[in-house]
Amino acid sequence: MSLLEVRNLHTAFYTDAGVVNAVNHISFNLDRGKVLGIVGESGSGKSVTAYSIMQILAGTGRISEGSSIKLDGQELVGAGENVMKDIRGNRISIIFQDPMTSLNPTYTIGRQLSEAILLHTDRNREQARARAIEMLKLVNVNEPEKRMKQYPYEFSGGMRQRVMIAMALACEPDILIADEPTTALDVTIQAGILELMKDIQKELGMAIILITHDLGVVAQMCDEVIVMYAGSICEQGTADEIFYNPKHEYTKGLLRSIPTTGNMGERLQPITGTPIDLLNMPAGCAFAPRCEAAMKICMREKCERMQINENHMAACWMNVRDALNAETAQSEAAQETVQGAEQSEAE
Amino acid sequence: MNNTNEQPLVEVKHLKQYFDINTGFFKSTPLKAVDDISFSIRKGETLGLVGESGCGKTTAGRTILHLYKPTGGEVLFHGKPVRTKQEIDEYRTKATMVFQDPYSSLDPRMTVSDIIGEPLDVHKMYSSKTERRERILELMDHVGLNSEHAARYAHEFSGGQRQRVGIARALAVNPEFIVCDEPVSALDVSIQAQVINMFDELQDKLDLTYLFIAHDLLVVRHISDRIAVMYLGKMVELADAADIYDRPLHPYTKALISAVPVPDPNMARSNQRIALTGEIPSPLHAPSGCPFHTRCPYAADVCKGSMPAFEEVEKGRFVACHRVKEIN
Repeated sequence: MSLLEVRNLHTAFYTDAGVVNAVNHISFNLDRGKVLGIVGESGSGKSVTAYSIMQILAGTGRISEGSSIKLDGQELVGAGENVMKDIRGNRISIIFQDPMTSLNPTYTIGRQLSEAILLHTDRNREQARARAIEMLKLVNVNEPEKRMKQYPYEFSGGMRQRVMIAMALACEPDILIADEPTTALDVTIQAGILELMKDIQKELGMAIILITHDLGVVAQMCDEVIVMYAGSICEQGTADEIFYNPKHEYTKGLLRSIPTTGNMGERLQPITGTPIDLLNMPAGCAFAPRCEAAMKICMREKCERMQINENHMAACWMNVRDALNAETAQSEAAQETVQGAEQSEAE
Repeated sequence: MNNTNEQPLVEVKHLKQYFDINTGFFKSTPLKAVDDISFSIRKGETLGLVGESGCGKTTAGRTILHLYKPTGGEVLFHGKPVRTKQEIDEYRTKATMVFQDPYSSLDPRMTVSDIIGEPLDVHKMYSSKTERRERILELMDHVGLNSEHAARYAHEFSGGQRQRVGIARALAVNPEFIVCDEPVSALDVSIQAQVINMFDELQDKLDLTYLFIAHDLLVVRHISDRIAVMYLGKMVELADAADIYDRPLHPYTKALISAVPVPDPNMARSNQRIALTGEIPSPLHAPSGCPFHTRCPYAADVCKGSMPAFEEVEKGRFVACHRVKEIN
């Protein structure tokens, strides 16, 4: 059994303009000690997936019936706010993109850190303070005793994100969800934070869900990758499979469109068209209107996710076509070898 | 087309931009956002300007366009200085800017055609209404917008399309030189490539020269001919795009390049990152001597004492480091 099992998760926002299906029946597993990357553009549903797991959706958002999120076998959907209060911060923690607004400017760092520890453990005030200092040391904040008395404005962006990580990890959660943890930071600071997350993950053995739009960060951090587009998972597999053997046209397009060390001086090959409008979803594959290889069936019908190999799944009709082509090629080849006697009744 | 003897299009000489910050009652301290930078840009070239937040790259771009009055130094355009009001006005019909945020840089109460037409109105660049309209449609065509978009408002567009509007506005006065301040960083990955390609194509078509400011090093390397690196208001290295990437000389450039997450798992695994200790110091209290010495793994006593000169160490390659010869 996996640590986290998400089955058929569907989250919709009931807005005045209509129903927005932000996450469309997605399923995935997360094992202990793994880093799972979720990549996608804005509006692809990657953050909503995370918020659904934590059940911290905005007022109009609802997880539909039939969805299932199991933590260690315990069903979280419909479990109620009391159960979730125990889970949040304790077993699953989240850090947000913007370290500037995630901390309360009117309390000291020490107070905010201790608060989380007091709330979730039975330590007393003194022990909580000691634990907070220990956590600040873990995330490489210099002079933690002094820093405890300071306010968020006295911290730089990178330092604040370290405090957020310290807070998220204070109760040794099983899962850390990091929602674009380094997007607001500079590259040299980003590199430090990513390294820190990896080190702590090895030390504590927790699982990480890393939500990002930066394929570079994914390549550096993740064991497994989920690529999302318009609320659905297009492709899922190990990082090597996704980067070196992409099997969904959207993933291929993304990889072609980014500047790399290999395509300097050449024109990039962008994905054409504009991002999808979630209020007007096409009938077939959501990516079909922008897909250069789109076939008739792509416009009509959604493709189910198919196993490409043991470590790789993709939901793209191209793979079906390629499989059929390979089959016919094979049978043709077989026929040629048999030849003569049973002539031409190929399908 | 470019030879080195040719007159550069833009020359920046010892440019300084200080802001006075109140640090107490009747007391102010200068914040040296840009501190004595010099470089030149050839016609038809793209110069990338990179650095981390607070290094002064945006201020440099704005000061070069005289959106801020320089505290010191000067900008030469076609070899001529830009100083008087008249010179600045004329300069602004030749040098324009594309802003970072396509959401806040377009007036929500103006239609697309009015946004693009505004520079034409300001500089009185048409003789009749029809001419104005035709010019706007031509500009929209340049950036891949349909004529039916002309009567719409900015909020009706996606980020990528808004940035196209911003670019069309920058092109309106027929500029030779455009300062692009992080023009793609607010866009989604799949849209970034469209806009980067458009910059490329427009450069070929209209013979443009860019100063391309960004923090995403892979994007900058892709689009630039040469790259300049800034740290705390100073320029620390300037070289050909490929050189700076494959063989950085300044310790800060080395660290910066090694920190870039490469979208390739195998390379990411083998990549040896040069870890920098500490944080970027506040530009209000910039360290003495070389501003990088507090974080530099090679720092020696000489670095604390004096600011190294920005010198040509190889042909076309400038570095400001006391120990550049020893460490490379």
